[in-house]
Amino acid sequence: MTESRKKILLIGNPNVGKSAIFSRLTGARVTISNYPGTTVGFSQGFMKLGAESAGTVIDVPGVYNLQPLCRADDVACNMVTDGDIIVNVIDATNLERNLFLTLELREKNIPMVVVLNMWDETRHKGIEIDLEKLEEELGVPVVSTCGITGVGIKELIEKIRMVKGKEFPVTDRDKKWEEIGRISQTAQVLHYHHHTFLERVEDISTNPVWGLPIAALVVVLSFNVIRFIGEGLIGYVCDPFFEKLWLPVMEKLSSFLSPGSLLHDVIVGKLIDGQIDFFASFGLLTTGIYVPFAAVLPYMISFYLVLGFMEDSGYLPRLATQVDNLMHHLGLHGYAIVPMILGLGCNVPGAMALRLLENRREKFIAATLMAVCVPCMAQIAMIVGLVGERGGGYVALIFGILFLLLIVKGTLMNRLMKGNSPEILWEIPPYRMPQFQAVLKKLWMRISGFLTEAVPFVLLGVLIVNFMYMLGIVAYLSRLFAPLLSGLWGLPSETISAMIMGFLRKDVAVGMLAPLDLTTKQLVIACTILAIYFPCIATFIVMVRELGIRDMLRSAVIMIFTAVSVGAILNILL
Amino acid sequence: MEETKLTNLKAGQTAVVKEIRGGEGVSHRLSSLGIRPGKEITHVSSHFWRGPVTVRIGRAKVAIGYGMAQKIVVEVK
Repeated sequence: MTESRKKILLIGNPNVGKSAIFSRLTGARVTISNYPGTTVGFSQGFMKLGAESAGTVIDVPGVYNLQPLCRADDVACNMVTDGDIIVNVIDATNLERNLFLTLELREKNIPMVVVLNMWDETRHKGIEIDLEKLEEELGVPVVSTCGITGVGIKELIEKIRMVKGKEFPVTDRDKKWEEIGRISQTAQVLHYHHHTFLERVEDISTNPVWGLPIAALVVVLSFNVIRFIGEGLIGYVCDPFFEKLWLPVMEKLSSFLSPGSLLHDVIVGKLIDGQIDFFASFGLLTTGIYVPFAAVLPYMISFYLVLGFMEDSGYLPRLATQVDNLMHHLGLHGYAIVPMILGLGCNVPGAMALRLLENRREKFIAATLMAVCVPCMAQIAMIVGLVGERGGGYVALIFGILFLLLIVKGTLMNRLMKGNSPEILWEIPPYRMPQFQAVLKKLWMRISGFLTEAVPFVLLGVLIVNFMYMLGIVAYLSRLFAPLLSGLWGLPSETISAMIMGFLRKDVAVGMLAPLDLTTKQLVIACTILAIYFPCIATFIVMVRELGIRDMLRSAVIMIFTAVSVGAILNILL
Repeated sequence: MEETKLTNLKAGQTAVVKEIRGGEGVSHRLSSLGIRPGKEITHVSSHFWRGPVTVRIGRAKVAIGYGMAQKIVVEVK
């Protein structure tokens, strides 16, 4: 059974809706957005081909042609040779440009079906395509679909089942363009079309005068919506739940286990002034549950909800062109904003999206900047929760420092490293009205990812903290690192435990500062250092994969050096 | 008929791509996005301080870095 399983490759230009088709064919959940480069890795799923046979469907990252340009493309190019069936997904509103890849793929002599996706958009864009003629010209089966609604998927499955291989002669680039010109003239008619409402919005948001204020407005608005929803969820849902319902249960459990016993310390944690403190007690069922569900989850939900709308509307590539100028000063081009924004949610997908960037220099700069200056939402939420109690200005101070570091470090790396920042060359997709259901689906995917992948590590982290204290490891390390921590940064030497936890989970690490009775100055310094000194282990692994071990080590040296010096400077200045 | 660089076009002006003054790599990257000699290209907007140029090519919109846009020679009718 497994050996007869056919490999079906979904290949096409970036942002033509391959992932939507993939999810329709296999029922698997994958991230779908309206910007080129959403899929950087591969997704695999299965579909039934006949009564007994099944196929493995592979969602390949988008490419414009088969000549490798960057790594994401490179992988795609190598995939082609060992596929059994190719499903070439085409953006029907952009037939001519998409056909170049089609003609290249056809030469591979692998059975192929062409899918004209986004078929629903052709009508109001005044594009008329004759499917039969196109099929005749191309010599391969053609289907029209709408991946988002699922129209045409049934026929597509039917054609995939029936498709047979054919031989096509190999031609050069100019011949291909000639043929494409002929094909699109016979199979496609373009009518004049009126500007739609969304296209008018588009004209304003890429306008050089209005674009930047609009970008600023979008950022400020998103920030406020994220805060509003996050704070609302904490204040009206999570905190009441934990204080009214969970706390009494924990108090009963506490007296049952008798405070001071080993089991009590691990499960309920230490009592602070005779009370359970969800931030500071550090028991598995108190802090271990409170941190992921009441402190981090609300901000995760609000951030990914807003990000979902931004991704699906198509605003991200526009933001990228707006900031292109500024990013060049940091050694990057505008599209590097995409991994950075994803990194604000979680550095792991952010680091994976580094593949969107073209060369080694750019990847190095972006990775280093992300690791140092872009805290993830889990960490941000904890900083807001913990430092916010001392005053919102201190939270702003920490993010101000991180932003300043971003500018200074980016400028320095750009000046000191050989080479130039590459030019931006990206397609800007049309604005699309985000589908509320699709946004919610994506939100749920990301949240369930957080719940299943992060929460176990939070619990593990809390457990490790308890053992580190019990076994005297914290006391030992505190003595060892005291000169650095107290001498240079002005922090109590116990903060070393938080620094070590930071390798595993940054949110738990920030939480560990809670029981330490820090002054506000110490808290600001400790939170800043925790944000910049090193990425968490999960991010580190992805970065090693994307940069290679040598570049990653170099980057790590920069991070540690930055943390040491920034900590010392803050200790003197504040 | 007047030859000029893409960056010299005004917003809304349409021209025909004449040649790409760059290496094989640049012209290949541009052509895979549909920007190649003979194609009609419309300048949509550009940004201050040598920022990226946004063009319409066919029904698609593409943002091109200033340096690369300078390598695109167009013919205005």
